[in-house]
Amino acid sequence: MGGYFQELGKGREQGKKTAWCTSVGPAELLRALGFNVYFPENHGAMLGASRMAGDLIPLANARGFSPEICSYLTSDIGSYLKGQSPLQKMGLSGPPKPDVLLFNTNQCRDVKDWFQFYAREWNVPCLGVHSPRALGTLDEPIIEDVARQIEALVPPLEKIAGQKLDPAKLREIITLSRKCTDLWKAVLETCANVPAPMTFFDGTIQMGPAVVLRGTQVALDYYEALLAELRQRAAEAVPAVPGERFRIYWEGMPVWGKLRDLSTQFAELQTCVVASTYCNSWIFDDLDPADPFRSMARAYCNIFICRSEDEKEAYIERMVAKFKINGILYHDAKTCPNNSNNRYQMPERLDAKLRIPHLVINGDLNDLRLYSEEQARTNIQAFVEGLAQK
Amino acid sequence: MHYYCGIDIGASSAKLVLIDEAGRIVAKALRRSGVDYAAVAETNLAEALASAGLRREDIARTVSTGYGRDNVPWSNGRLTEITCHAHGAWWHFRRAITVIDIGAQDSKVIVLDAAGRRAGFKMNRKCAAGTGSFLEEIALRLDLPVADLNNLAERSTKEVTLGSFCTVFSATEVLSKIRGGDKVEDIVKGAFQSVVKRIAEMGAMDGDLVMTGGVAAHNPCLVRLMGESFGKPVHVPPDPQFIGAFGAALLARDNVQTHHV
Repeated sequence: MGGYFQELGKGREQGKKTAWCTSVGPAELLRALGFNVYFPENHGAMLGASRMAGDLIPLANARGFSPEICSYLTSDIGSYLKGQSPLQKMGLSGPPKPDVLLFNTNQCRDVKDWFQFYAREWNVPCLGVHSPRALGTLDEPIIEDVARQIEALVPPLEKIAGQKLDPAKLREIITLSRKCTDLWKAVLETCANVPAPMTFFDGTIQMGPAVVLRGTQVALDYYEALLAELRQRAAEAVPAVPGERFRIYWEGMPVWGKLRDLSTQFAELQTCVVASTYCNSWIFDDLDPADPFRSMARAYCNIFICRSEDEKEAYIERMVAKFKINGILYHDAKTCPNNSNNRYQMPERLDAKLRIPHLVINGDLNDLRLYSEEQARTNIQAFVEGLAQK
Repeated sequence: MHYYCGIDIGASSAKLVLIDEAGRIVAKALRRSGVDYAAVAETNLAEALASAGLRREDIARTVSTGYGRDNVPWSNGRLTEITCHAHGAWWHFRRAITVIDIGAQDSKVIVLDAAGRRAGFKMNRKCAAGTGSFLEEIALRLDLPVADLNNLAERSTKEVTLGSFCTVFSATEVLSKIRGGDKVEDIVKGAFQSVVKRIAEMGAMDGDLVMTGGVAAHNPCLVRLMGESFGKPVHVPPDPQFIGAFGAALLARDNVQTHHV
């Protein structure tokens, strides 16, 4: 990961163009055109995990970005306004300036607003894919629409890149991405073992290469090594949480500034958060080098956050069975309505179907003003006490 | 004879209960939690031991609960107030109940089956709406001792509505009601109704309702309003403010697996 950021920092002197891309956007197309690809959401997560966000979000609030909107956006813009970034610890002055910004609204509208701020600030082009959301079945007209939108990006991106798209290169990148995603999926699936060899909290860190380096060989090397280690741990029944009593599914965003506290609390309660929707969001089973544009369209429309309530429920049902889940924790992230799935009665519907209990904790991905430590701690402990009564 | 101790250090007050092997309360102690939870636990224990004529070594086991549960050095185990309130309340009724506990900083709705097993629970969200702190804030705005609220609300003759979710905004609403000439007793009853509404929003209230906590202990008018809201009687166990401590003592007696750090 360090090497990736170093490369980003050297882009301009090496004559490479830089593209900013949403984390579940068509990064493969950008890589095939020779761009260095930078992912602002990854920067947002770093601002949260480093707890720098607390000082930065108010700066964006003061410039007209509501405290109610995505706190990745407000953290990141606050970081820009203050000129402070965790990337400075890696020798960069901050995020690399883009030559183009490329969003995909498959997650939310906020990514577009976020990118457009920088487009205006730096007068650089901002391109995008407007994906339909709340999708049930992925019907052909939808895939066709999104595939055409991605294809339509090629001419303007070629112009900015100063090179033509090489179809063979695109197929190669998609092949690498697909391999990366398959390995990442296998890594996460090791947690179906009892006891699980890794926790969700580990996963939020280990997923870095799947987000920012998919489509590269280095990501494959990393996940091959990680998978081998986890499989060995699973075979030897080495637990991530010693004395694992209960297995939890985490639905929604991480609370980035509280990873350690939450991880420690669950470990003390001998309870392992073994799986999550979040870490699974970088599994793209549909990527297919034989059909680049349509398969990218399908892969990026198929992500959980882009699906209907019925599809999301069916997905969680499968996860609960696969990972032998005792209870589901929903994180209601105040500034991330699109990835807070407790708000339209899903927990109650799944309770009735699955007959396993759920807990909702109120919080946020980055804005710890919206997180009550004591309430979360007591809720989690009480939830586990309830599991022990079953 | 063995005795068991339950101590519930809440956001506002610290409650301690000693029980005997049959689950009978032999002593209680209550004082404000203050800022030194270990000290208040010690003082409460000393007071309860003296009142029951017991020595420290007569206490076989202690379970602590509440916000300060991790700050009782001599506790043998820690359990959340959700588990302890539920168990304490169920012990009095022995049937399927929904427990509504209104504490100083949080409100809880806990659903129990006939065997006392928890079927679900909810705590209020981050803010103080629907909690004892809300009533304290309103009392402050009205320049009244909290202890006077119940008698005032009982005298109310007119409906006054405080509509906001937010305690601070509700306090502002109170100011506008005062300016508008509403009587203090009607505003206080409006504040009670606001607490009832915040609780009603938390979850479906199935089965028999039981209220516990300091707010229920001191405000029978609010308990009655709660019952009127749900169209059924609301039961209040003996010593409702001590139910968490009592439940903790029972769980200490039953040696239930607790959280050790």
